[in-house]
Amino acid sequence: MAKFDQNDESVVVIIGSGAGGGTLANELCQKGVNVVVLEAGAMQSNASFINDEWKSFSQLAWLDARTTSGNWRVAKDFAGLPAWICKTVGGSTTHWAGASLRFQEHEFRARTVYGDIKGASLMDWPLTFKDLEPWYAKAEDKMGVTRTNGIPGLPGNNNFKVMYAGAQKLGYKECHTGNMAINSQPRDGRGRCMQLGFCFQGCKSGAKWSTLYTELPKAEATGKLDLRPQSHVVRIEHNEAGKVSGVVYRDKDGKEQRQKARIVAVAGNSIETPRLLLMSASEKFKDGLANSSGQVGRNYMRHMTGSVYAAFKEPVHMYRGTTMAGIIQDEARHDTKRGFAGGYEMETLSLGLPFMAAFLDPGTWGDEFAWWMDRYTHTAGMWLVGEDMPRESNRITLNTNVKDQWGNPVPNVHFDDHENDVAMRNHAFAQGEKVYKAAGAVRTYRTPPYPSTHNLGTCRMGKTAADSVCNSFGQTHDIANLFISDGSQFTTGGAENPTLTIVTLAIRQADYIAQQMSARAI
Amino acid sequence: MRVISIASPVAEAAACGEASGEVPKLDLPLTRRRFLEGSGILMGRIAAGSALYALAPSPVWAVELKTLSKDEGAALMKMGRVLFPHAKLSDAVYALLAKDLDAKAGSDAGAAKQLREGIAALNQASGGSFVKASEKKRREVVKAMAGQPFFATVRGQCITSLYDNDMAYATFGYPGSAWEKGGYITRGFQDLKWLPAPSLAASPKPYMG
Repeated sequence: MAKFDQNDESVVVIIGSGAGGGTLANELCQKGVNVVVLEAGAMQSNASFINDEWKSFSQLAWLDARTTSGNWRVAKDFAGLPAWICKTVGGSTTHWAGASLRFQEHEFRARTVYGDIKGASLMDWPLTFKDLEPWYAKAEDKMGVTRTNGIPGLPGNNNFKVMYAGAQKLGYKECHTGNMAINSQPRDGRGRCMQLGFCFQGCKSGAKWSTLYTELPKAEATGKLDLRPQSHVVRIEHNEAGKVSGVVYRDKDGKEQRQKARIVAVAGNSIETPRLLLMSASEKFKDGLANSSGQVGRNYMRHMTGSVYAAFKEPVHMYRGTTMAGIIQDEARHDTKRGFAGGYEMETLSLGLPFMAAFLDPGTWGDEFAWWMDRYTHTAGMWLVGEDMPRESNRITLNTNVKDQWGNPVPNVHFDDHENDVAMRNHAFAQGEKVYKAAGAVRTYRTPPYPSTHNLGTCRMGKTAADSVCNSFGQTHDIANLFISDGSQFTTGGAENPTLTIVTLAIRQADYIAQQMSARAI
Repeated sequence: MRVISIASPVAEAAACGEASGEVPKLDLPLTRRRFLEGSGILMGRIAAGSALYALAPSPVWAVELKTLSKDEGAALMKMGRVLFPHAKLSDAVYALLAKDLDAKAGSDAGAAKQLREGIAALNQASGGSFVKASEKKRREVVKAMAGQPFFATVRGQCITSLYDNDMAYATFGYPGSAWEKGGYITRGFQDLKWLPAPSLAASPKPYMG
């Protein structure tokens, strides 16, 4: 591992090592740039991952204090856990399911296509699908996405068989085992999927793509990466000219350290990234860094989500195999005849017995709940994920009443459902139930959204500094050497799982940063 | 097969020192004084023919309570059965609920108070003894306490105590950890036969080398 001096002002400092940070690090290292990655979490590995839901959760999840507000049910059932994302080297790419879908072309033009929806802050992205296409292709190759690059689709498990049977009966045309960044055959030095069934708990076989064991080791091999785990950034500093000059972080012993930087890229996921910018407020930047628009922390999106579970007379054993290799894409289109703008995907999902008890219907008890747990092995499940409306009032703010372990204000996540979200969710619940009834379900269950695994939009990109935080390269409008490198950039959420787009933007951002560095523009 | 010990280990005896040959006296909680002070032992049998019977090291289970009494533990077990009624789930699992709440009571005076007062309220509402009341009565009594902090504490504890242990896994048919068995690629991940197989385009064959 390279070791750069803390006073080395020539390095690029990346905060976070997940889909955005890890990919950006590797791309820059491959171009000969010296990179310091500061990751708050510890280093795990395929060997240390645990096939146990609660134990794994303790190992990988971001558990630093957070608070919630708003009318979303998560604020009631999981007041201290707005999101299920990670604090570990590799970030949430250790935990994710692997679903790797491109945005649809029209989703980059949500404001133009959906119109001005009241109570929503819709805006077109400052780039088009066509702009991004070459980098989408690179990302799919990098990650080994099935059904691209000559990679066969994954074999469907029992949970998929149930979804498929129902989908066929209902007349859905686009049901298959998905575009997954999980090896269906050996590729890139990693084996093919063994259908372990613990995708969410870190892939012990390495078949699922994660920056932990792909991007970061490749970056390290260049001799240009200085990866520091258990290095929790608490402040980004700037000089008199208003350019970022370095970061302050707490090391694994809790001691404050300072790392100077030529460029800082923030990839802490959509709650920590805006929080850090807000916490870095100064005399010169009273509202936080890069916040002349007032949009830092705002437009927080978590996708319309929910689950449908179904009980059958015969066994399903949905836990066997991939957690999410199964999809119906017919409802992802934009079709206001259904009563809402935007669309949603229907993806297979399985939870183990312990998490079924915790998440099937938080707070519930009694005969009906017990009926469902009794039939665990006869249950199939799907997750509904669709485009939720960005709202200025859905936002991350600093909760000055609650302090974290370093004495800093914790982030508060405020979220109110938009009526478009509610209409979409109800439609999706009904369609999910229809799919399972068509497959022979005895009963179905509507499960409310889990703590958010997709967190987006809090430092959105846009054309102007008046209404956005960064440009189409994630470069903040206010500070040329400060970049946003994670899903916080998303102008709108689209219906698709975000990771592929985050990786795509990171590859493109690396090209831009390298070019700007060569031109001595930053 | 991994075995879960449900009996709290008794305080480790110091080894017999060779020098003196004297057997040290063990500090066992078996004196009348200790019982009267409130520790208790919950015991029961695992039903023959149940999913656990073949797997358990012994048909008898026992749980030691350090803070709550045996009667308090029994009340919590019965409350667990009202909250999450599973005829096929052994008392041994509901005893884990009592054990875990007992541990909470042991480390947090506020929790101990809440549990003791809650259990006393269960007994009072049942006309004397919650455990001895009819099942119908117990259900009514518990339902009436929904929304109270004591109710939330017990219900919340159930989620992990009842469903996150090997006995529950065996009862509900969840095999748990899979990687050490090679996953499911050769162990039935797609063995469902009661629905038609998907097309090859939708679900290609697995790569087996």
